[in-house]
Amino acid sequence: MTTPRAMILRTAGTNCDVETKFAFELAGGAAELVHINHLVADRDPFAEYQILALPGGFTYGDDVAAGKVMAVELTHVLGEKLTAFVERGGLIIGICNGFQTLIKTGLLPEAKFARPGTRQATLVHNDSHKFEARWVKMKAAENTVCVFVEPGSEIEMPAAHGEGKLICRSEEVLQNLIARGQVVYRYVSRGGGEPSYPEDPNGSIDHVAGICDESGRIFGLMPHPERHLFAYHHPRWTREKRTGEGEGLRIFRKAVEYCQNC
Amino acid sequence: MTRDAGLDSDGRGVLAALREFGLSGVEEARLVRVYICAGDFSLREAENIAREFLADPVVDMFSVNGFVTSSCGKHEATVEIIRRVGVMDPAEASVLKGIREIGLDAQWVRTARKYVLRGDVAKDELKSAALKVLANEVIEEVVVGRDVKALAPEGEAYEFVRGEVRLDGLNDAELAALSAKGQLYLSLAEMKTVQEYFRKLGRKPTDVELETIAQTWSEHCVHKTFRGRIRYREEGGSEELIDNLLKSTVAKVTRELDKKWCWSVFVDNAGVIDFDGKNGAVFKVETHNHPSAIEPYGGAGTGIGGVIRDPLGTGLGAKPVMNTDVFCFGNPDTLPADVPNGCLHPLRVLKGVVSGVRDYGNRMGIPTANGAVCFDPRYVGNPLVFCGNVAIIPKDMAKKRKPTSGQVAVVCGGRTGRDGIHGATFSSVELDEDSEMVSSGAVQIGNPIEEKKVADFILRARDAGLYSCITDCGAGGLSSALGEMGEDCGVEVELDKVPLKYAGLSYTEIWISEAQERMVISVDEKDLPALRKLADEENVEITVIARFTEDKHLRLKYGGVEVGCLDMEFLHEGIPQIEREAVWKAPRHEEPKIAEKENYGEDLKSLLGSWNACSKEWIIRQYDHEVQANSVLKPLQGELHDGPGDAAVIAPVLGSKKALAVSNGINPKYSDIDPYHMAASAIDEALRNIIAVGGSLERCAILDNFCWGNCDKPDRLAGLVRAAKACYDVGKAYGVPFISGKDSLNNEFGVGKDTICIPGTLLISALAVMDDLSRAVSMDSKEAGNYIYLVGTTKNELGGSLFYALHGAVGNSVPQVDVELGKKVFAAVSAVSAKGLARAIHDCSEGGAAMAAAEMAFAGGLGMDLEITPLAGDLPTHVILFSESNSRFLVEVPRDQADEFVQVVEGQGAPVRRIGVVTNTGRFFVTRGGKQVIDESLTDLKAAWQTPLAL
Repeated sequence: MTTPRAMILRTAGTNCDVETKFAFELAGGAAELVHINHLVADRDPFAEYQILALPGGFTYGDDVAAGKVMAVELTHVLGEKLTAFVERGGLIIGICNGFQTLIKTGLLPEAKFARPGTRQATLVHNDSHKFEARWVKMKAAENTVCVFVEPGSEIEMPAAHGEGKLICRSEEVLQNLIARGQVVYRYVSRGGGEPSYPEDPNGSIDHVAGICDESGRIFGLMPHPERHLFAYHHPRWTREKRTGEGEGLRIFRKAVEYCQNC
Repeated sequence: MTRDAGLDSDGRGVLAALREFGLSGVEEARLVRVYICAGDFSLREAENIAREFLADPVVDMFSVNGFVTSSCGKHEATVEIIRRVGVMDPAEASVLKGIREIGLDAQWVRTARKYVLRGDVAKDELKSAALKVLANEVIEEVVVGRDVKALAPEGEAYEFVRGEVRLDGLNDAELAALSAKGQLYLSLAEMKTVQEYFRKLGRKPTDVELETIAQTWSEHCVHKTFRGRIRYREEGGSEELIDNLLKSTVAKVTRELDKKWCWSVFVDNAGVIDFDGKNGAVFKVETHNHPSAIEPYGGAGTGIGGVIRDPLGTGLGAKPVMNTDVFCFGNPDTLPADVPNGCLHPLRVLKGVVSGVRDYGNRMGIPTANGAVCFDPRYVGNPLVFCGNVAIIPKDMAKKRKPTSGQVAVVCGGRTGRDGIHGATFSSVELDEDSEMVSSGAVQIGNPIEEKKVADFILRARDAGLYSCITDCGAGGLSSALGEMGEDCGVEVELDKVPLKYAGLSYTEIWISEAQERMVISVDEKDLPALRKLADEENVEITVIARFTEDKHLRLKYGGVEVGCLDMEFLHEGIPQIEREAVWKAPRHEEPKIAEKENYGEDLKSLLGSWNACSKEWIIRQYDHEVQANSVLKPLQGELHDGPGDAAVIAPVLGSKKALAVSNGINPKYSDIDPYHMAASAIDEALRNIIAVGGSLERCAILDNFCWGNCDKPDRLAGLVRAAKACYDVGKAYGVPFISGKDSLNNEFGVGKDTICIPGTLLISALAVMDDLSRAVSMDSKEAGNYIYLVGTTKNELGGSLFYALHGAVGNSVPQVDVELGKKVFAAVSAVSAKGLARAIHDCSEGGAAMAAAEMAFAGGLGMDLEITPLAGDLPTHVILFSESNSRFLVEVPRDQADEFVQVVEGQGAPVRRIGVVTNTGRFFVTRGGKQVIDESLTDLKAAWQTPLAL
């Protein structure tokens, strides 16, 4: 069985690249940090990779809007190459700033680069109107098609963002996402029920924390699974005597396993 | 462009701020984001830029060259805020890049915020409100009612003229006037030394030579006070001559302890200790007070940016892994009328500083995991902003290096602009109401993404072995960086080669600008091509600006003409040592008479709700404290993640169990009684916090940061001497070396003839290596039925306490440090956590044992029953509850491990008493001799603690 390879794409302002690489390695994959400048000249820069990860950070300072400059760059510089990677069945995960970038290209939720002005969804400032770092609990939808998660499972990890509130162009867009299993994670309360602030840290529509494309292979989420790789990352590990692995590792392992079984 | 009204939270925030300011007629405020883009493109192309890039199609509306909001006639006003020409706009580069990706080319971009207000608003009122709450005039222009002029962000052309200054024949008064007029801030003795130097050379100095000397000899750069001679005496006592306070106190601890695990101390930008045999842990804390007083957001941001560059410029360059931040502000509820002219309101300073730290630290991807905030009215004119950075460096790269002759100096990163001129000299003087105007040039705005790029580039170039020596551009800019790098060999600088943000800078401005995000490295010429390739890959600009020579001179050239030539030895060693007098007169404060009461519940709630003790969650949550996935113990702990942790614990090498505990100790109130005990207590507190999270003193190092008043005044200097003496006594006794430190003096604010002087403030930051992160202990109570023990001794030490402050008193019985007792207590608690016997540990500091116990209880969401009789002796109840005696801990222990716990503690000779039990009643219940003295619900206690700073 070959070891799946993940490209961790970085540019100015990317800052969760090292731990995201570590997460894929811990999950049994191979991973490399690659600067976007390296991809421009290469005809098929994704040829050797099964997974593309867009890690968290503040690409280009999040000026204009979070992930926006990076999204324009991806669209214009890597559009065709990335489309080919998607059509070949490659996996893409965007975490936090990576999710913001994916949604601003149109790759989420539509698996293709959107023509200017036609995007279906976006991420805007939190209702609290400030950057906040706090742990959240999420539950995967029972019908999710996302290959990175176990349907119906619950998971805890930290969120750390200022622009994480999901908005859809219309109610219909949201209903379609739900019906097609593209809503992956929703924030839930500690008890498992409907969350209120700050259990839902940003006021997302329908408390959505992460979505995927129709194939389930392109996945974006605001919270950070790569920050819950070990039990000691959990804020209550000393209370609950947690040891061993952290829950966030499951996401990376699922991706690696998916590639191994393809 | 503007956003759907329902999503315009900026607009709502502005509405609230304006109404709070008194503009009650405003009914609605909307934010319009303005991008002024200059370029050769058609209207249609401009619309494409807006549609595809600047606007979000799901939520934004936009208009090119028009108005995006519909007008509703006369009940509308607009106010537009734009950065002044020449002030850094970090967004410009990103917007230019986005436009370029679309396939168009813009020459320049400026961004502005426009607020469209509906309701009844008078224009003049609006302008003053905008200046107070929406903008900062130092860096921004406010325009009411019309559109901003689209000025290009470029300067005028510069015409080169070599400038000379006549010193020969100037008398004392003329020399002093020259120093003041040129913002050199050199003393008369120093001016005379300079005069003599050039008299011997038989020529006039150039302007840039004088500036270079002023920068190099500034208090900020050479620490004249600490290195000078001091005649110290206590009132009625005999005189003691101290030659170099730093060497005879702080640095002496390190020298005498001579720890093998100290890899690099006091010789580099930051201190380095052995972390895991392969890597060193690097730590530096410094202040950025003066800039933060004038422009809190930019000042604090560049404070963080600056301190990150210190470890990055230590040895061959270290990787930053954590930030710390400690602030001292005036009280947030200060009446506007009580804020002196020229000062910003403390709440505005607080919010600006927090935003600055947040935006810089978060964007750099460095977790901000430890900090503290102190409040005192005397910080109103001189807020203190301490920024710290911890980093990791491979062992063989940890030592300070020097360049060799023939190598070239390469500046990497940000371009040089007119920002931060005279920062080093300005930060070494007193502020007054005119400071804002005189020194706006000293303000710097940071660009964290530029610094992130530089850091990424530097670490790659380091690992590729492409440079041999590195330093940062901090205070004094290139002047300090190259002056210091070339100290041993000499350096020749071509100032016209330095890349500029805009034209118009004189060679002197280029030389002393403190523009941010620049590092200087020394490179063998053969490595330049590889270095350039790497820089291109990381989008970092690098430029060769100088060559290291052999003649031990600093030579400055502009366009081939020599504009400066100074002997390195004179520059670095020529400063005359100052001699000052210090006289200590112990203050006597009125001793409050406090009668015993039946119930202390209300007092406890008042203390929990005091500015100094209350929850800082509003601040902490805005910092990313978990990026890099190295977090082991977070700043907020407990069942609901909201209890106050004692120290941060991080595991900076992914996958390794080795950890670092990072803490701080600060209590300026004790200075009002005796700075000696203030300093001793700060050390004890920083170390207590390390011990409380499961650490030990075995491999623990500390940093000092002194912030003081004007040390020309003998009483201020005496306080400083006393604090430094305590550093020696306590640091030495505890066996913890100082590895780095900094001082910021002249923190006095002139109001008329008087000054407001800050309380003598010493921040001690501690860094300790933990072998096994699984031994970390959090402070929240864990389980009903577990016992609560107090380890240590409670004494009648309420002087300077929060409890006395609540009663409007200072008192005299300041907490002292009994190092012999402290050593036993620390060893005992370390042994307990090493054996895994403690479920929770919390140190007793401000507010005493009662406050510590209450915090443990509500953080754990469990009740607590305490009986304080075993501690009593003859002490009054309020002393037992609220005394702030040092070296004390509360420890939660499971019943079945209680015997072993007591054995371990007593085995180390530390005093220990069982004082209670964790319950599941949800109440905090304290008795003395069976008689109830506190009975409060945890909900009420927690609310009292959380409410004040829930902004």
